[in-house]
Amino acid sequence: MSTGSTDLIIEIAYMIATALFILSLKWLSSPTTARRGVFAGEAGMLLAIAGTLLHRGIVDYKWIAIALVLGTVIGIPLGRVHMTAVPQRTALSHAFGALCVTLVGTAEFYLRAPDIPKFMMGVLSMEVILGSLTLTGSLMAAGKLQEVLPQRPITYKGQNFVNLSLLGIAIIIAVMLVMDPSRMYLYPLIVVIPLIFGVMMIIPIGGADMPTVISLLNSYAGLSAAAMGFVLDSKLLIVAGALDGASGFILSVNMSKAMNRSFTNVLFGAFGQEQTAVAGKEEAKPVRSATAEESAAILAAANKVVIVPGYGMAVSQAQHKVRELYDALSKRGVDVKFGIHPVAGRMPGHMNVLLAEADIPYDKLLDMDEINGDFQQTDVALIIGANDVTNPAARSDTSSPIYGMPILDVDKARTVMVIKRGMSAGFAGIENPLYYLDRTLMLFGDAKGFVGNIVRELTGGGH
Amino acid sequence: MKLDLLSSLYVFMLAAFIGFEVIRRVSPLLHTPLMSLTNALDAIAVVGAIILAGEHKTTLATILGTIAIVSATSNIVGGFIITDRMLKMFKSSGAKKA
Repeated sequence: MSTGSTDLIIEIAYMIATALFILSLKWLSSPTTARRGVFAGEAGMLLAIAGTLLHRGIVDYKWIAIALVLGTVIGIPLGRVHMTAVPQRTALSHAFGALCVTLVGTAEFYLRAPDIPKFMMGVLSMEVILGSLTLTGSLMAAGKLQEVLPQRPITYKGQNFVNLSLLGIAIIIAVMLVMDPSRMYLYPLIVVIPLIFGVMMIIPIGGADMPTVISLLNSYAGLSAAAMGFVLDSKLLIVAGALDGASGFILSVNMSKAMNRSFTNVLFGAFGQEQTAVAGKEEAKPVRSATAEESAAILAAANKVVIVPGYGMAVSQAQHKVRELYDALSKRGVDVKFGIHPVAGRMPGHMNVLLAEADIPYDKLLDMDEINGDFQQTDVALIIGANDVTNPAARSDTSSPIYGMPILDVDKARTVMVIKRGMSAGFAGIENPLYYLDRTLMLFGDAKGFVGNIVRELTGGGH
Repeated sequence: MKLDLLSSLYVFMLAAFIGFEVIRRVSPLLHTPLMSLTNALDAIAVVGAIILAGEHKTTLATILGTIAIVSATSNIVGGFIITDRMLKMFKSSGAKKA
């Protein structure tokens, strides 16, 4: 076979792979076709890798083979992690993607320098800057999610100034390299400074901001891969990077809207700073509490129940007990649905995955916009481990730090039940007036234990 | 050279539009699998790494390329496996219970 026709075969393989990638995401739009989407993605990937192996520049396959095997060996356990570990796994995979991009960019620089055209040097700089900051940023995020790093946001005076200066310096150095790529001694700086920036960027991030941060890192990883596509003149890579970048961008915008943050606020990584908890009123207001027995009676008498899960459900691994509750109530003819806030949990879609894992049908999992109209006709809204996303102060109290954030209108339900360990404030350190409403019953205890007790009450009579 | 660049920019622009249109339609239900799938697809960067590691132009390029293949491959394998595992769990109430 002539080299010309091999090149053509490779290009055609890449083109088909590109089409398969787009189809893959298209099929993901609905749960009924989604698995076909994974298959299309895998087929495209295999085709692209097989095509690449035909590349005539390749003189030695030994290291490629070793690396492919090693990567597979590492990848399999990462694909088999427990569902509750999905957020940290996702963060870790952003780090791996960014590592690949940064290393390839670095190798390309030293292969080509000093004869690098200006535009090429520009995209290469973008590739390694985004890649490096995504690498350490994602590792930090994964560490916080895995709880090997302190989850509390760490803030100090002038933090934004320090962070933006770091980024600014990296960009200035990149511009100097673009003007004259023979200043090769500058190159390590556009790797190291963004590496530091990535760490600094995540230090002030707390748990509730993770969905936004993970989406943002996803977008950065995609953009850096697209930049790599420009450097290598690979349309396939440009398309895959653009798709990933677009996906991360859409999710970041969704998340920032769901937390009522401006998008610039998100873009500059300045998360969750302003709230200096307005903890003025300390007077103990009366709350009404109920036992598992009482709650079971109320739930059994209801026609419509909406369960609102939050990160607390994930922490106490209550999803399987919630499933039992769902079964017990459904069996009694109660209509049970789930209302899911976009930022519930630690990453976009987190709650849906946990509830699907517990075998709850996905047509019962409703988005905030879909469920909010239903609360007026709902007998019981049962909140399990969610707090700020149900806080009515976001609607009415202009002085509240979360004012304007879209919430689940649980307070419109006839009865509100809140399973909670104690009366402590939520992530944002904000009082939740919901807990003091006449229609609200506080169910104090661990989510898993309490739901289990309710289930026992509901099923106990049946024997 | 200039034209190559311009056509690359065209491709990027069109792909970004397609990305927005296609991904906007993905139900929030599947946002977690969406992220793990795009992450696996993004690891197509492995093709660049394979060429680097195979070309043997310099030792540095070979080493960096090899490490890059390892990290990208782990994303491909792990990303597809976990996406499929997650999607398998999503069942409608009409479906027969497993």
